[in-house]
Amino acid sequence: MNKPKVAFFDFACCEGCQLQMANMGEMLLDLLGVIDVVEFREVMSEKWDGEYDVAIIEGSITTRHAVEIIKKIRKRSKILIAYGSCATIGGVNGMKNNFELDNIRKEVYGKDYKYFDTIKTRAVHQVVKVDYFVHGCPVYIPEFFKVIKAVLAGLPYQVPDYSVCVECKLNENVCMYDRGLTCLGPITRAGCNSWCINNNNICYGCRGMVTNPNENGAKDIIAKYNIPMNLAINKMNMYNKCRELDEDKNEQKKD
Amino acid sequence: MSKRKIDINVEYLTRVEGHGNIVVNVREGKLEKCELQIVEAPRFFEGMIRGRSIFEAQHITSRICGICSCGHTLASIQAAEEAIGFAPSKQTIHLRKFLLYIEDLDSHILHIYFLAAPDLLGVKSFVPLIDSHNQVVRLALRMKKACNDVCDILVGRHVHPISAIVGGFTKLPQEKDLDAMLNIFYDLRSDMDATVELLSGLKFPDFERDTEYVALVSDDAEYPMLVGDIGSSDGKHLDKSEYKKVTNEFVVPHSSAKHTRWNRDSYMVGALARFNLNFQKLHPKAREVASAFNMKPKVVNPYLNTVAQLIECVHFLEEGMRILEDFKNTGIDYDEEIIVGLNEQNRIKVQSGTGIGAVEVPRGILFHSYQVDERGIIVKANCIIPTSQNVNNIERDMKKLVPEILNKSDQDITLALEMLVRAYDPCISCSAHFLKVKYVNR
Repeated sequence: MNKPKVAFFDFACCEGCQLQMANMGEMLLDLLGVIDVVEFREVMSEKWDGEYDVAIIEGSITTRHAVEIIKKIRKRSKILIAYGSCATIGGVNGMKNNFELDNIRKEVYGKDYKYFDTIKTRAVHQVVKVDYFVHGCPVYIPEFFKVIKAVLAGLPYQVPDYSVCVECKLNENVCMYDRGLTCLGPITRAGCNSWCINNNNICYGCRGMVTNPNENGAKDIIAKYNIPMNLAINKMNMYNKCRELDEDKNEQKKD
Repeated sequence: MSKRKIDINVEYLTRVEGHGNIVVNVREGKLEKCELQIVEAPRFFEGMIRGRSIFEAQHITSRICGICSCGHTLASIQAAEEAIGFAPSKQTIHLRKFLLYIEDLDSHILHIYFLAAPDLLGVKSFVPLIDSHNQVVRLALRMKKACNDVCDILVGRHVHPISAIVGGFTKLPQEKDLDAMLNIFYDLRSDMDATVELLSGLKFPDFERDTEYVALVSDDAEYPMLVGDIGSSDGKHLDKSEYKKVTNEFVVPHSSAKHTRWNRDSYMVGALARFNLNFQKLHPKAREVASAFNMKPKVVNPYLNTVAQLIECVHFLEEGMRILEDFKNTGIDYDEEIIVGLNEQNRIKVQSGTGIGAVEVPRGILFHSYQVDERGIIVKANCIIPTSQNVNNIERDMKKLVPEILNKSDQDITLALEMLVRAYDPCISCSAHFLKVKYVNR
């Protein structure tokens, strides 16, 4: 059997999810035994001009140029995977959408701001069709392996649609709310094995929200612990600001 | 040869972190254009964190770069703590230094093996090396993973550390964690020896251009990484609060990374700059490696930045082990473990102010600066990334290099330029994004 031709691409991101590949150690060689990586700009100079069996996309779409490129990649790819929060939900790049674009361009680049094109941050599926999602900032490698196995077997991968709290309870962590802190675990998709809370930090919602978050339950908790609502909303917008574009289909067609 | 016409256009330079292009035009044997274009999509971090809690700053700005996320975390924390008037404990400072050493070690190994070595071995990437140099690839992956495993133990993970926050650490290593980290480091020693041997057999291009070298300096005997003043090989010395007098940022249209200059037209930061300024403070074992490579300050061949990284690797490994052994002897005070979140419980006292972080991350000196109001809300933020500071210097190296190698083929000139840029280990996602080389017929 021919090994599937796999390519990695990155848009606006920190490239940390691609780096997770190098952090696998010698397991990476096992992975390379079953896939044929034909393009990976961060670590390879090789190029490929044929069709991709699998394109793995890191990063959000934040310029007009990027919109054109991702559309071209989609046309050349049988399967497209959004890899990491920036790609799957817009991630931290989405915070830009809290501001008027010209305001934020001027803040960073001063009077020369016009040199720097930017559009509202979008997740990859808000521009082209995505076949598989690997959430997380960064991605959780055990989950990435599950997805790759599903792709190779031609099966769908179902992202867990229950909250991080489920995994957190199994890990026997003390609830962050009981420690007096706001945690986004109750509304965030599981699949990371409650990575941050295991290390005594709170959940920041990097995997995106469950499809049907228990909003009333969340409000009750926030009220019970006397936490300012604006603080909670601000926090939800750290990774999840782009979700409003899912609700506004017209916005997606712009540019 | 004087009629020579060259157009180099490398679009999206590979084996660097982020997106950049190299554009070179030679007409009638004369260099007309020589640019390192930074074409990374701007991400506007300094703009987007306005209005957020200072306790979120490190979590967000760590996401500027996946490779040096621990470095960004530490620069961010230093700036944030100074802004709100918090002084970290001695134990915290030691652990942060240790974290920084692992990060620099990890990143240097990534650069030496995966980004730089393929050029020196005449291949396009590490992939062909899996067949031709299988043991070397395995050694590299093992070393990378070792650093990663130490980070997992200390801060939850290497890419975007979890437990290092403003105020200290949310989780402190247990006795068994210290042992586990020490064991990993002991095993790393022999792999490090093998790495030194491997590199000593490789030839680096000859090219020299004296420039200004900038790095942290200090009055004590420690090789300064986390704390210090800003020093220059031209003899200047400034407190970190005056960092803007060093960077003097200016915008150029072909780069989404701002350029910088201090006492000359450009300056260099990174392993070679640190080596040139602080050679005497390196661990004796690291200095031994330096002398085996005939490296003595001041070294003005930028290609040797990769060797300076190797020398630093030996230093960080030895110093990291020393810190762990010290903790084994003194023990860890677990009362210092803190759970802060967004400081909902006001566990950390906050005041209005401005703070500056100046930290030596793998690619050079990194500045973060925040101004916060009395509630600890960020009013203004500024980050100046090592690669931004190097871009101007790289362009000037390119301008000197191209005329010196005009007798070579287009292909060889392109490779020499790509290798030059890669030697700086640029991190374009950080600086905005980076590299592409373009040629036209000559």
